[in-house]
Amino acid sequence: MIAFSTLIIPLLIGGILLFATWKRVPTYEMFVEGGKEGIQMAFSIIPFLVGMMVAISIFRASGAMDAITQLLQPVLALVGVPAEVVPLALIRPISGTAALGMTSDLIAQFGPDSFIGRLASTMQGSTDTTFYVLTVYFGAVGIKKMGDAMKVGLLADLVGLIAAIVVVSIVF
Amino acid sequence: MVNYIWVALTVIGLVYAAITGTIDEVNKAVFEGAEQAVVLSIGLISVLVFWLGLMKVAEEAGLLAGLAKLCRPLMSRLFPDIPKQHPAMGYILSNMTANLFGLGNAATPLGIKAMEQMKLLHGSQPTASRSMITFLAINTSSVTLVPTTVIAIRMTYHSESPTEIVGVTLAATLISLISAILIDRYFAHRRMRR
Repeated sequence: MIAFSTLIIPLLIGGILLFATWKRVPTYEMFVEGGKEGIQMAFSIIPFLVGMMVAISIFRASGAMDAITQLLQPVLALVGVPAEVVPLALIRPISGTAALGMTSDLIAQFGPDSFIGRLASTMQGSTDTTFYVLTVYFGAVGIKKMGDAMKVGLLADLVGLIAAIVVVSIVF
Repeated sequence: MVNYIWVALTVIGLVYAAITGTIDEVNKAVFEGAEQAVVLSIGLISVLVFWLGLMKVAEEAGLLAGLAKLCRPLMSRLFPDIPKQHPAMGYILSNMTANLFGLGNAATPLGIKAMEQMKLLHGSQPTASRSMITFLAINTSSVTLVPTTVIAIRMTYHSESPTEIVGVTLAATLISLISAILIDRYFAHRRMRR
């Protein structure tokens, strides 16, 4: 499976270029034209990311994040969720890099083949950073009113986390 | 909604810091958070330029249209307000394919292109359309065949079977995908009734 996923990028690049050449597309010129949009896009995301990431940094650095985690721990322990994964569950929709850091930390601390290690791995792999996706995708095209997008995303995250806990408990 | 969450995160953080005396950390966090965001955006330039360039080539060769045609029955059900031949469908599909193979970096530019097309369909309004919300719901539940990063971490810490979590991850992510679609449907119907 890993060998397959390392092959996929070269196959994709080679395949597209060869197919386009066969279709007589001016490949290099088109590549440059498409790439120019990328520069503009990256710059247009900056204010959205700065706003969101500063707010999240303040929230975490103040200790409020940890306090909420500690409040929730006793409740979750009742339903068999190890308290150690609670911070990961809370941070997963907010910050991808922070979640990755926590996952590595849990795996280092409890071992990759422990229940907590497997649960953390599954949680990290099965949901995405909702706030990042919302900020970047909507920010880049200037959508200011999100509608129900955030509610739907966060509810789906919650179901995903519960699913991860249930599935890991059943399988291992 | 995002306005409230943004203010709430900031104000709760500030008040909590004032009470517990972590104002110094918060002061540092303001500048670090801003810097991280800019570094991240600049870092995205390389991937954005490369994948958008390559996708332009794929688009010109008719690959995106072909992919869209292949998945049309399923897609028109998921996105009823996008016309079947519209380029948005092609971008949505290539974004999903990239996510499926764990190519998060390649998926982002494609997702943004899809958003752009959906915005045009929505009369360039600054509000999210139904299909945009569906698209985001599917994206945040992230269906990944191979969670490469997690496997890499597990290998670093000498797991006896680094890939044993692939199956459970896929199961969990499928459950969250299906519920994302159902939750999205529920909210869409609720909006329509109003």
